[in-house]
Amino acid sequence: MAKTKPAPTSTACVALVGNPNSGKTTLFNALTGMSQKVGNYPGVTVEKVTGTYSHQGLRYEVVDVPGLYSMRPVSLDEELAARAMAGTEGRPPDVIVFVLDASNLERNLFLFSQTLAAGLPTVVALTMTDMLARERSGIDVAALEARLGVPVVNVVAHRKQGLSELQDAVARAIVERTVPDIDLGFPTVVREAVFRLHDALARAGIDANRSEVRETLLNPESAWNRKLEGNPDIVRAFQEERQLVLGESIQGRTVDAQTRYAWAAKVRRAVLQSSDSRVRAVSDAIDRVLTHRFFGLVIFFGLMYLVFQSIYTFASPIMGWIENGIQSVQSAVSPALAGAPLLQSLVVDGVLAGIGAVVVFLPQIAILFCFIGILEGTGYLARAAFLMDRILGWCGLNGRAFIPLLSSFACAVPGIMAARVMPDSRSRMATALVAPFMSCSARLPVYVLLIGAFVEPQFGPAVAGAVLFVMHFVGLAVAVPMVWILNRSVFKTKRLPFVLELPRYQWPRWRDVALTVTTRVKVFLQTAGTIIFVMSIVIWALLSFPKSEAMDSQYQAAYQSQPDSFKEARTEENYVQAQRVRDSYLGQFGRAIEPAFVPAGFDWRITTAVLAAFPAREVVVSALGIIFSLGGDADEESSDLRSALAQAKWPDGRPLLTLASAASLMVFFALCAQCLATLATIKRETGSWKWAAFSFVSMTTLAYIAAVIVYQVGIRLV
Amino acid sequence: MSKSSKKPKFCRGMVCRVTCVTGDGDHVCRLLDLGLTPGTEFSVVKVAPLGDPVEIDVRGARLCLRRRETQGLDFEQVERSG
Repeated sequence: MAKTKPAPTSTACVALVGNPNSGKTTLFNALTGMSQKVGNYPGVTVEKVTGTYSHQGLRYEVVDVPGLYSMRPVSLDEELAARAMAGTEGRPPDVIVFVLDASNLERNLFLFSQTLAAGLPTVVALTMTDMLARERSGIDVAALEARLGVPVVNVVAHRKQGLSELQDAVARAIVERTVPDIDLGFPTVVREAVFRLHDALARAGIDANRSEVRETLLNPESAWNRKLEGNPDIVRAFQEERQLVLGESIQGRTVDAQTRYAWAAKVRRAVLQSSDSRVRAVSDAIDRVLTHRFFGLVIFFGLMYLVFQSIYTFASPIMGWIENGIQSVQSAVSPALAGAPLLQSLVVDGVLAGIGAVVVFLPQIAILFCFIGILEGTGYLARAAFLMDRILGWCGLNGRAFIPLLSSFACAVPGIMAARVMPDSRSRMATALVAPFMSCSARLPVYVLLIGAFVEPQFGPAVAGAVLFVMHFVGLAVAVPMVWILNRSVFKTKRLPFVLELPRYQWPRWRDVALTVTTRVKVFLQTAGTIIFVMSIVIWALLSFPKSEAMDSQYQAAYQSQPDSFKEARTEENYVQAQRVRDSYLGQFGRAIEPAFVPAGFDWRITTAVLAAFPAREVVVSALGIIFSLGGDADEESSDLRSALAQAKWPDGRPLLTLASAASLMVFFALCAQCLATLATIKRETGSWKWAAFSFVSMTTLAYIAAVIVYQVGIRLV
Repeated sequence: MSKSSKKPKFCRGMVCRVTCVTGDGDHVCRLLDLGLTPGTEFSVVKVAPLGDPVEIDVRGARLCLRRRETQGLDFEQVERSG
């Protein structure tokens, strides 16, 4: 009879639901391949991943619902999953494909029993049976099918086994629209109460299925209770039944969980054919080494060293090629546009530099996510978190934050993106907000320049080295208390126990690793990359305008009227360039806010250089070079720039940069969020400008306060 | 066995049984979701090198829990090993 009902639209919607580590992602990748689209739920770090496939002329859209332990929305991720299935986000799915991990039957069946409440046609994809076979166990698929009342398809996704059978079963389920209904074995009192309440609701004209009624009865905090608030009679009826069923001592949720798990255990006993002797034998043997109290830590730090070196050192030649490539394009294009100086500047210093500012991040992102894909795919990432949780757990983070934070010492952009390895959105958020405090490689040139100019001449190389070392931990020292405070203020809602699952070790699936890398690169280019590119051009415009021939000839006349000693120290071109920056909108802004930065020991020149470095931190060195009339080619090792900084004076003749103001500038740079790419990435990963703004304001405020303290203490001591 | 409210200290190889899940809120809810329902037995597989968290085997799955996050979970040591 149902066969006459046509599918609701030409595209069928399939929701892929399952526990974390159930092989859901591998199945999703195998089904949808390169058709994946990654969006973000606004304001949270939860991604909405969808993909499509075609089967027998029909298009299927697959929604990869985040991995869950329970359909009862406890965490934010689960709330979004529950919403996706209830259909408040667009239409409800036509069919649920439940990914059932054969090696972890009971907990997976627990979640399965909850998804039934959605009342949607369901197909079970049974995964990990290959792993079970290696342990000489197996699943009686026919028995499982009979127990669950839905089609069960054995799938080995990475070998493409069972995919077309699964697609057939999905197509059939959509046509037949049979909704499974199984007896979970709830106590008789519960069932009778549900029956009475179901009647009462029907009389009141409220449409609810029995699982919804039961959920409302056993869990007073469920969403349904809120829906019923306008109906006092019904609310009272529920309260009375609750009293009757539960009495005083037992909790509804315990009864619910106990019943479902008892059912799950019964099903497992009926379908699992197990020898029991080799269960996890190989995995446990590997674990004896990899989580060993000594060797485990040695191997962990060795691996982390490799990961860090790869993004810090091995990525730099590739980044160098990209920079050289952009430069050669710039110098190739530049002469062609010589006739139109403004266009030339826009194309060379705006557009091409903006593209460079985006593309330069790709090697680090690709390398880091290649490692993450492998470490996650093998199951090692969970072990790394197991080893490190003690160190990071006390301040509100958890063991999984180690890799994102370590990566941030190379660059916060891949670091923040790597916060995705954290299972819950709350700790992802905390990690993403702390990551920019880590001393990234773009801060290094500033430290080298200032330490070279002010510390080394006075105190020698040993002290200089020590100061450079200490500077790397300034951010960390501020970040740790910050995350501690964040966890007790901003994120104080919903503190859940940290759950870490140690799955069996597996070989990495190279297809999954490749998809992880391409997805991250694509996401970065499309979202953060666009913002970085646009803002780079905005900063270019602020530095280039106002601009006029008259002003340039004024600068040239001013240069000519200077004494010879002045002209020997700088070329006319560099002088004119410096004056242009001084009078640009950005320079004007720098001069306007100079009074605010005087307590920190900065004048407008330093302030403007810091502002100009917004698109990329390391630009501050060449910006200083331009402002001090040395041209933009000056680097941190340049002795001209070092001496120009050492000789620079305030208008009243006091030296501009002393040890105190150099230290203040370094501390400011260590803490400030003067990095467009970082903010764009935070915006992308959290799905909202709010968190990017929060990060910018809080870091800049902290940086300012710290810089003022350092300078004020410094001038009194030195 | 003992009636004392003090929970046994986790050490490798011990087998425990959940006696009661007390308290409310999402914290306890999550422990129930993971299968730590009253009457469930679990074994301690390993303690992390730095003393925390603890790896347990519950219903055939390996989970790590932090010691201090087992609040609300009452359990007793079962007098047998393996």
